[in-house]
Amino acid sequence: MPLLSILKYLAILVWSGFVMAPLTWALTTSFKTANGVTSGPTYLPWIGYEPSLAGWRSLFGGAGGIDIVRPYLNSVIVTGSASLISIVLGTLAAYGLSRFSYRTGFVKNADIVFFFISQRIMPPIVLAIPFFLMLQFLDLLDTRLGLVLVYIALLLPIAVWIMVDFFDGVPRQIDEMAMLDGCTPFEAFRRVVLPNSLSGILVAAMFCLIFGWNDFFFAFTLTFTDTQLLPVAIVSLNSSVTPWWSLSASALISVAPLIVIAIVVERLLSRGTLAGAIR
Amino acid sequence: MDQTGLRFYKSSFLLPGLLVLLAIILFPLVFTIRVSLSGWDAISPGLNWAGVRNYVIVFGDRRFWEAMLRLSGMAIGTVLVQYVLGFALALLVWREVLFRRFFRVLFLIPMMTTPVVMSVIWRTIFHESLGPANDFLGLFGLGPYPWLTSANWAVAAVMLVEIWQWTPFMFLLLLAGLLSLPREPFLAAAIDGAGPIRTFLNVTFPMLAPVSIGALIIRLIEASKIMETVYVLTSGGPGTATETAGYYIYIRGLRDFEIGYAAALSITYLVVMIVLMTVIAKLLVRVLVGRSA
Repeated sequence: MPLLSILKYLAILVWSGFVMAPLTWALTTSFKTANGVTSGPTYLPWIGYEPSLAGWRSLFGGAGGIDIVRPYLNSVIVTGSASLISIVLGTLAAYGLSRFSYRTGFVKNADIVFFFISQRIMPPIVLAIPFFLMLQFLDLLDTRLGLVLVYIALLLPIAVWIMVDFFDGVPRQIDEMAMLDGCTPFEAFRRVVLPNSLSGILVAAMFCLIFGWNDFFFAFTLTFTDTQLLPVAIVSLNSSVTPWWSLSASALISVAPLIVIAIVVERLLSRGTLAGAIR
Repeated sequence: MDQTGLRFYKSSFLLPGLLVLLAIILFPLVFTIRVSLSGWDAISPGLNWAGVRNYVIVFGDRRFWEAMLRLSGMAIGTVLVQYVLGFALALLVWREVLFRRFFRVLFLIPMMTTPVVMSVIWRTIFHESLGPANDFLGLFGLGPYPWLTSANWAVAAVMLVEIWQWTPFMFLLLLAGLLSLPREPFLAAAIDGAGPIRTFLNVTFPMLAPVSIGALIIRLIEASKIMETVYVLTSGGPGTATETAGYYIYIRGLRDFEIGYAAALSITYLVVMIVLMTVIAKLLVRVLVGRSA
């Protein structure tokens, strides 16, 4: 069926074009100057407009941009620590929920799992005002530590959700064997279960990093100037006289690390690890 | 192992995570409920007692209910489009396609990008005279369209950005589902002489029903929070044409500083969302699983 094949590849190419369009546009705009932007939409350097490195220079203290280094570092530290803590706490909790049965009054395992996951239903705006007052009370507004606390509340549910499903798929026999050999539950978990769960933990870590890195709302409402995160710094460029070139350059540099994550996720996907982790 | 030992181990696995989450989340929730019963605003800040007055006002707040309706329309609309496109894309790169791993990575990229940062880029794309959107449509003799300044086009722009951003999420879950399917039912269908369309309707689609339900519900939950795109692209405008519930609560609470009223809006919103999600989940299970049974 050559016709069907042609249509198939055509569809793939059309969608690829749509996916890449905004990123390509950002790439070409990042080399423009005010003249290049106001002369209408052009795409090719040298032919459509005179390329310049002004946009990229402005990221590192050049004129008309933002200094991107500090917000970048803040984003890396906050997202990294919140993800790490969420993964550790979430993996432990998920292992407990998958292997033991808990019962307090009418609350059982399924209810606890639901409590964790239901946090995702909460719209950010419901939490923003109390978080603001809570951090103000703790004197943690506009600090990295304050944001890490808030991000744990966002990311821990994701870690628990993915890891409970994952551990349910890891055969119980392996930890039972280890315990028969005289391991305590901690040792069985650390020596036998954990090494067999690295791919699940990797999936959970990917999702924590994506959702942490991409949050804007809490970073926006809970910080002012000291602890600006990357998305907030970039959006602050968005005004009536936006410097499109700095904006595009900073946008590209902020999404770049996540492209690496896309490659990792695809590996997990094609190896079939994701199917076990997401159900 | 004796009972005390077991209890010790059970608690030390679960409790650290559970307590941390409770500590971070419980205060905000209880506090919001209490604030919603107060008249806290810029003039008289603090926890006075106003009873259910805020809730009575919420009940008659046209702008809020219109924003809810608009949000529901936009969320359901975009999620359905994302589902259909995501399913189609997953099927396209599922099997014998050249460079399929390359295209899989490519199709995943939008969900990895920061929504709010991409929205800023999209805003330049939709610029009426300097942006490429109208330039591209001009090739087909269409436009120019007032993307961000007319009500209908602004809604379309927000939905287009949401679809670009989140179709990959559907694609990811559905492709993971497709890749985990057993081969036998497909062989059986082939032996029966079923064509690609019949195989899809009778084998692939029913077998992916559980994944579909999960993916649709997760996306609906996340889409109900549409707000950042709106904040950057249109600020809810023109007028209130793209104002979603979350954005309206943001305006009343953090911009006009009517904290008490915003809290009442939030709680109302949360209750409506939980009820709606439960109903939708039940409906989806009936439609998708009932069909295949």
